[in-house]
Amino acid sequence: MTQGGQSQHKANPGVRRTVVRTVAALVGMFAFAFALVPLYDVFCQVTGLNGKVNNSAQSIIHEEVDESRMVTVQFITRGSSGLPWRMDVETRQVRVHPGQSAEVNFAFHNQSVEGNWGRAVPSVSPSNASRHLRKINCFCFDEQHLEAGERLELPLVFQLARDLPDDINTVTLVYTLYPVTRDEAPLQARATTGNGEET
Amino acid sequence: MAPKLPPHHPLEQSTSAVAGGQASAHHSPPRGIMRWLLTTNHKEIGSLYLIFSLVMFFIGGIFALVVRAELFQPGLQLVQPEFFNQMTTMHGLIMVFGAVMPAFTGLANWMIPLQVGAPDMALPRLNNFSFWLLPVAFALLLSTMLMPGGGPNFGWTFYAPLSTTYAPPSTTFFILSLHIAGISSILGAINIVATILNMRAPGMRLMDMPLFVWTWLITAFLLIAVMPVLAGVITMMLMDINFGTSFFNAAGGGDPVLFQHLFWFFGHPEVYIMILPAFGIVSAIIPTFARKRLFGYASMVYATASIAVLSFLVWAHHMFVVGLPLVAELFFMYTTMLIAVPTGVKVFNWITTLFRGSITFEPPMLFALAFVVLFTIGGFSGLMLAIAPADFQYHDTYFVVAHFHYVLVPGAVFAIMAGVYYWLPKWTGHYPNVKLSQWHFWLSVIGVNLTFFPMHFSGLAGMPRRIPDYALQFADFNLVSSLGALLFGASQLVFVAVVILCVRGGEKAPAKAWEGAEDLEWSVPSPAPLHTFDTPPNFRPHEH
Repeated sequence: MTQGGQSQHKANPGVRRTVVRTVAALVGMFAFAFALVPLYDVFCQVTGLNGKVNNSAQSIIHEEVDESRMVTVQFITRGSSGLPWRMDVETRQVRVHPGQSAEVNFAFHNQSVEGNWGRAVPSVSPSNASRHLRKINCFCFDEQHLEAGERLELPLVFQLARDLPDDINTVTLVYTLYPVTRDEAPLQARATTGNGEET
Repeated sequence: MAPKLPPHHPLEQSTSAVAGGQASAHHSPPRGIMRWLLTTNHKEIGSLYLIFSLVMFFIGGIFALVVRAELFQPGLQLVQPEFFNQMTTMHGLIMVFGAVMPAFTGLANWMIPLQVGAPDMALPRLNNFSFWLLPVAFALLLSTMLMPGGGPNFGWTFYAPLSTTYAPPSTTFFILSLHIAGISSILGAINIVATILNMRAPGMRLMDMPLFVWTWLITAFLLIAVMPVLAGVITMMLMDINFGTSFFNAAGGGDPVLFQHLFWFFGHPEVYIMILPAFGIVSAIIPTFARKRLFGYASMVYATASIAVLSFLVWAHHMFVVGLPLVAELFFMYTTMLIAVPTGVKVFNWITTLFRGSITFEPPMLFALAFVVLFTIGGFSGLMLAIAPADFQYHDTYFVVAHFHYVLVPGAVFAIMAGVYYWLPKWTGHYPNVKLSQWHFWLSVIGVNLTFFPMHFSGLAGMPRRIPDYALQFADFNLVSSLGALLFGASQLVFVAVVILCVRGGEKAPAKAWEGAEDLEWSVPSPAPLHTFDTPPNFRPHEH
């Protein structure tokens, strides 16, 4: 179509130039929209916004425990309509000092009559706490396979860094269960891989 | 379909050089439907756009009246909630993409070549294609309502995962129709940019162009920048729905908030796409009927350009409650408030143009004045919504509905009507009937305020949007709104009558139909012959 239009205006090379430039801008903006998807993830990883946390293990930092401060860490578990599992946590909340590491056990129970794959996806609130939450070991790093009726206990080992902002007294960790189909598994593993960066 | 058009005078004017695109039409003008399917004439395509937009305005209006009828009383009376959701969604989609945007494109097609002294648009065949994509897109969109599971029911903003995981099966068709409509606007924008930048009359510099041309140039750049982003977002939705990707699906590592960022990165410039040409129309009408030159021409151009630039920096003010960090809330709050500055410059310039003018109140002027007043009300409620802490209360209430209807109905739609009344003499050679136009104006103004003003109150009191039922304390406000909507809807039939009567006959208009009108379009006869400016006009810049 654009060619048809251009051929009528051979006398006006300006039209051709404008069309070429605007089409280039269009293609660029379309590509930009898709580029925003990884850029957004990078942005959230770097700034810790949006409650996104590292999905790989981080090493524990040995720093002095700040005995003067207590922070409440709450745990919320949510099931999913697509996955007939039950997820429980041994304690709804723990109180820790910044710098101190803690371990909490989570129980998974497959209540269906067939085995399936699932994954718990984490989210941290308030989101600016997520940079200061270091997960040393978490079930959420991997997908789990549970046979029919199987029950599994898995630990979460975490540490709140000492540089946790002063105005944060409560950190809430939400885990939502999602079903994983075998086909999606490699896709998902790629999408959620992050580097355990040291801060 | 035909009545609004200028007579077909194929051989009246010389067929010299520049009109080459019309060569086939000159030799054997097709008759009947083929004339309209194949036309490459900017005036005919402009009329097609305007007629299409008017049809969509009524279809979208009927959907709005279904919504208002259901909300007339508390409780569920007429429709089921599922259907109610489809009505709110389709009303929004059709009004935005089917009525307001094509109306502006139609006015651009008609008036930009006339205002810059060009024989036609730069790419006439592309122009034909971009119009005929629209009926296809909207036939497809409307057909989704007949499909199993119904049409789109997730609001015109189609937030994922509501529009992916939980959407009706027809959503793929919705995506396709939006793609087609988007391609249509993109092609239209390319055409407009190419025309304005390359086909101005000799001697017309950019800063000599009428403001309608300026605002459309900037609008076209906005369209070229953001419509591809919309296309990208709906493509991601398509892939999430059909190809198992997880752009917006948290289970697969995606993020629903990303959808909102991408959507509003398109969506906020989109709302300026729907208002900047309106600024241009009003900036043409007010000086004409105040019989003074527009005050602050250059500042109008710069204000329009700064609104366009700022529109890319404010998108997250639609998302204050998704859990943005404090610093982002502050950033978007301040940039949003900054937009009030160039907008204030515009309103100031219009008022200063009126100041000590010899004003008359012809129908286009009535609509333009109502635009200035009522659009400013919408602008103020926008400022209130920009305040992040206050927005936590206003978010998703009828206050938001009141705000954007004030800027879109007595804003964009009134400006389109003002433009139609202003240029009807040029299109048809007849003045619109004054008595009927005044009836249309007053009924519309009363109707629009009855409909949308009470929504401020019901919204502040906490009535949520997009819900078919409401608590009893909102009953009176909603009753008034529904009656106002019926009045406003019915009064648009008067508008149709005015247009039809004006095409059929009426007081003859001279070439310069309005005493104070100065732009180039008033130098061609009324009605404008099918081919104008085959030889470029003698443009003599006046000082701004």
